[in-house]
Amino acid sequence: MRPAIRIAGVEKSFGDTRALCSIDLSVATGELFGLIGADGAGKTTLIRILCTLLLPDRGKAEVLGYDSAAEYRSIRSRIGYMPGRFSLYEDLSVEENLRFFATVFNTSVEENYELIRDIYSQLEPFRTRRAGRLSGGMKQKLALSCALVHRPDLLLLDEPTTGVDAVSRKEFWEMLARLKEQGITILVSTPYMDEATRCDRVAFLQEGRLLAVDTPEGVTALFRAPLLAVSAREKHRLITELRAFPHARSAYAFGSSVHYADLRDEVSAAEIEAYLQSKGLRDLSVAPVKPGIEDTFMALMQEKGGCDE
Amino acid sequence: MNEGVIRAEGLTKTFGEFRAVDAISFCVAEGEVFGFLGANGAGKTTAIKMLTGLLSPSGGKASVAGFDVYREAEKIKRNIGYMSQRFSLYDDLTPMENIRFFGGIYGLGRREIAEKGRFLIESLGLGPVAGNRLGSLPLGWKQKLAFSVAVMHEPKIVFLDEPTGGVDPLTRRRFWEMIYEAAARGLTVFVTTHYMDEAEYCDRISIMVDGRIAALGTPAALQAEFGVGSMDELFIRLARPRAKEGI
Repeated sequence: MRPAIRIAGVEKSFGDTRALCSIDLSVATGELFGLIGADGAGKTTLIRILCTLLLPDRGKAEVLGYDSAAEYRSIRSRIGYMPGRFSLYEDLSVEENLRFFATVFNTSVEENYELIRDIYSQLEPFRTRRAGRLSGGMKQKLALSCALVHRPDLLLLDEPTTGVDAVSRKEFWEMLARLKEQGITILVSTPYMDEATRCDRVAFLQEGRLLAVDTPEGVTALFRAPLLAVSAREKHRLITELRAFPHARSAYAFGSSVHYADLRDEVSAAEIEAYLQSKGLRDLSVAPVKPGIEDTFMALMQEKGGCDE
Repeated sequence: MNEGVIRAEGLTKTFGEFRAVDAISFCVAEGEVFGFLGANGAGKTTAIKMLTGLLSPSGGKASVAGFDVYREAEKIKRNIGYMSQRFSLYDDLTPMENIRFFGGIYGLGRREIAEKGRFLIESLGLGPVAGNRLGSLPLGWKQKLAFSVAVMHEPKIVFLDEPTGGVDPLTRRRFWEMIYEAAARGLTVFVTTHYMDEAEYCDRISIMVDGRIAALGTPAALQAEFGVGSMDELFIRLARPRAKEGI
């Protein structure tokens, strides 16, 4: 099957700033694909190129089989786009916004209501409220409804969950999973590493470069160093002492513990525990741990020199 | 904990019929890293505005850095530090210009600003880029500078409102290491975040639900109390009722 998105050698600069350096990426039809990276990584630039709002300096982007430069009109009617910043009409009501977008795309709310019912039904009690007066979570649901009202084949979502609390984030991803079941291809960007596991495949983006593209399991398999979860009473000192250990590759806080990676092929928990004991750290616990998405992202950042320092 | 740097007792804010903050009580000790969590719309921002002297409470008592939130709001503003992801420094100014500007706002003398400025530029390794516009610097450097500027007038307490939003995981951790170091020197840190792993980095946390404090304690004690295995689970368990209303 033809991929929903095919990007080959795409580059984009703004003045002296290289936003994207030679990106190659392909997203299959029906995939829920995550574009993971921090602010300034190039996520928005890439999405704006796919939306036909920006032209690449070099390379080629194909969306739903159409060229993003020559055939932008065909793309625009077939995609749904939710920008990072709330971009609906604040002075129009919930209902008016939805009808406006339906009209622009030459359809009606009724025609595709099935698709948005799940999301829009939560907004119906407020349908006469002005969009500007909605809470953050409701604005997000309205924006998603408006992006879906013409039943797009591809949904492009730019950081829909940024600044949203953990509960609403979880609900948003549940909505995306249901949309995927309806056959819509979804590309979603996020700075939250933990959301990677909700995607079929993810791309790690850092300073305009792709660090990795794979399934969540495939990405974590890239982390090869032995990894230990270490905890002790004084966490800050624990991190400092672990980094001072001669074979230390890295030591970073992870929730209630510290993840320690070793430079050698193998490391014994007992050896690290003895070392930390000798440094006077108390209430120690040291155990092997499976690397997660963040472990891998950080390791790749440092390996590939995408890091800012 | 009588000598808490923040003390709130029955602190309340109502907007018409709506009780945005509903009689919250807690104490934050000197040198503590206190995580202030809650879903969007739970009342965190209103509570922070009262604690930073920006909004007068409707009821209850509170003092911050020894000053009363009703009568001494201006003194509170001068004796705290504040940093958020949304507003911190000016991108069009150089690092040194930012330091001078904020030093002036905090009422530091010209010589003090120059000394502190030199120290900050050097200790943060900003020497080579001291004359560049801040906007051209990597986010990680900007954040460290923003934090340093927020505490350059040596407040007892700093409020960090989602300081790490949108930041890569490495920079996020370096930022937290900076928080730890500052707390070890006695600075009290009051921090909000949507990253549940960061909640674990706090000495104690509170979780606000519908204007009230639904949980308060060390991360480990709260997980044991509610029988959950992670902060994420705890947060979702507590904040769920409100989220169901479609907020």
